[in-house]
Amino acid sequence: MKTRSLLTDIGRSLLNALWFMVLLFPLMVMKVNVTIGVAKVEFRWGNLPLVGIAAFVLSFVWKIALDWNERRGGKVQTDSGFGAVKARLNGYFAKPAIRRSSILALMAFAIAYPFLFGMYHTNVMITAFIYVILGLGLNIVVGLGGLLNLGYAAFFGVGAYTYGLMWKYVGPSFVQAGINTGWLFWISLPLAGIVATFFGVLLSLPVLRLRGDYLAIITLAFGEIFRMVMQNSSDITGGATGISLIPRPWFFNQKLPPIKAATYIYFIAFVLVIITIFVVRRIEDSKVGRALEAMREDEIACQAMGVNLVKNKLITFALGAFWAGIAGVIMAAQTTYINPDSFTLWESIIILMAVVIGGTGSIPGVIGGAILLKLLPEYFRALAQYRMLIYGIAMILVIIFKPDGLIPRKRKEYTFERKGAAK
Amino acid sequence: MDYFLKLFLSGTAKGSIYALIALGYTMVYGIIQLINFAHGEIYMIGGFTALILGGFFFSKGMPVGFVLLFSVLLSIMYAAAFGFTIEKIAYRPLRGKPRLSALISAIGVSIVLQNFVLLAQTEKFLPFPSYLPEFSWLQPYKEYINSTQLIILVTTAVIMVLLTLLIKFTRIGKAMRATAQDMHMAQLVGVDVNQVISVTFIIGSALAAIGGVLICSYMGQINYYIGFIAGIKAFVAAVLGGIGSIPGAVLGSFVLGWTESLGTGYISSDYEDAFAFIILILILLIKPDGILGRSQRQKV
Repeated sequence: MKTRSLLTDIGRSLLNALWFMVLLFPLMVMKVNVTIGVAKVEFRWGNLPLVGIAAFVLSFVWKIALDWNERRGGKVQTDSGFGAVKARLNGYFAKPAIRRSSILALMAFAIAYPFLFGMYHTNVMITAFIYVILGLGLNIVVGLGGLLNLGYAAFFGVGAYTYGLMWKYVGPSFVQAGINTGWLFWISLPLAGIVATFFGVLLSLPVLRLRGDYLAIITLAFGEIFRMVMQNSSDITGGATGISLIPRPWFFNQKLPPIKAATYIYFIAFVLVIITIFVVRRIEDSKVGRALEAMREDEIACQAMGVNLVKNKLITFALGAFWAGIAGVIMAAQTTYINPDSFTLWESIIILMAVVIGGTGSIPGVIGGAILLKLLPEYFRALAQYRMLIYGIAMILVIIFKPDGLIPRKRKEYTFERKGAAK
Repeated sequence: MDYFLKLFLSGTAKGSIYALIALGYTMVYGIIQLINFAHGEIYMIGGFTALILGGFFFSKGMPVGFVLLFSVLLSIMYAAAFGFTIEKIAYRPLRGKPRLSALISAIGVSIVLQNFVLLAQTEKFLPFPSYLPEFSWLQPYKEYINSTQLIILVTTAVIMVLLTLLIKFTRIGKAMRATAQDMHMAQLVGVDVNQVISVTFIIGSALAAIGGVLICSYMGQINYYIGFIAGIKAFVAAVLGGIGSIPGAVLGSFVLGWTESLGTGYISSDYEDAFAFIILILILLIKPDGILGRSQRQKV
């Protein structure tokens, strides 16, 4: 019986292989090139067996994986070897002493990082931190509130442009007055948060009535409109060329050389990451956080229970946008140059990927996802052209096989004990 | 007035282009409530396949009519096959899961297909030969409408009529309507829901491929990225008309086409793409169910 089902599986995989060989033939084997109005087609026969073999193996694995996924039915297996290791690891980290000391070790490593590694790695890490902040901010909207926001990069852009425009318009008067321009960063940081929050509220007003996918598409529309406005109002924002020579923050009254400035921004970003984690955790446990979670699960039931949906959605968007604005200022300070191309839809999608792949709603998951997505391409330059392809595949696989992400969110559990048993 | 007429007609042509893509969107959405982000990519793949196969047939010295017919037919078949495969791989395992999961998966598919074509073919813009014939009798009116636009317009009209007939009167059409209304109930009365969904994807993708070939010959160029923005705009058109409704998708497409073309003509050409989004936001604010959509009550 078992061999027979194996044989049918192999047969099916062979058929699938054949199907894909036919399906991908024009795109994989033939390659078109148009020169002087004449289309030339060259054949790459070498790709054909490759497609066949890959499709055979993958469809075999796919079938097994789908069966496994179905059998598992969302339950965590503890009887398997992997499950046991995981359970033991979880138990190990549950101990407060070990948990605390590992977090301390991680912090120590993060603080030592810019001194251990060079400026290049520090800069890479700053980008990763920016994405951690963005991911955590988006996580409030997507993970807690369950509102899919595809225009998140616009708020990031609002933050970056707030700093950029401050530099462009307020900067000269600073220079004139003899105040050093390093202060601009510190003024812009909270200002960008406020401006982005304002935009978040502005965006959330029309979308309050909308559900899931409509909301996704309208946020996408807002994101694209923002980019187009930045691109086309060239007298104000510099248009497609953007704003350059944005100053890095000064260390009190001292202008820092690039290497030291990178370290300085690194620590600013690091502190902001810590603050973000702290605030997001507090939000999760607060009344608003619980209302948001209830809203994600069932809007109608939530409304029936007396939760104010409008207020909560507003808060969600405002909070999400605030962190994006902050991240935008750091980004502008780090690269010293901004233009509309940094805030495209793809940027929003990559942030969303970090959240989805890491674990929707899970703080460690989102941090891990953001760092992974930003660090991997830096250290696997050879695979750079496959980056988006791999991300896309990873996103599909995660959503099918591990919808809660790689590090799933831990649900709060309340156990009721009798008064006597508590002693 | 003359200027207005010109803009209006070019808007009409544009609208009929959006309509071809929007029809597929609205069909899929009507049945499984999924914004199929990959639909635009199917359209792009349809165009690319036609270019590749057409180029191949042409280089073998086959007559023009033959090249036109076969490359278009084959590209339609390929696009349909792509739609069918994508549904099986990326959407079917997610059926019954939260709706946002399938939406995220669709974004993933869109990214994968774009980058697949980018890597397997080229990142450059390729000129797309005009496959379509020129009508000499249309020559005097060339300023207003050219033959490609006329062909697109007529094709859209024919397809819309055929599609309406298919859905109203055939067995599969009935099954589609039943599935759209209530998937579980349809299953209970013996409708093979999986088959219906597959057929929907096949028809939608085939339409996208027709759109792809027509639009690429109209625009005269193709690259891996054309699908995305066209897909988004077609979706806007579908929402505008009331998503799930076939006449709505066509009407919405025309409204979008006119808005864009009048907007670029009278206001500013810098914001051509923004008009689609602005009108989307307005319609969702004023009448979230679209022009022809029926309002849906949420049930617990």
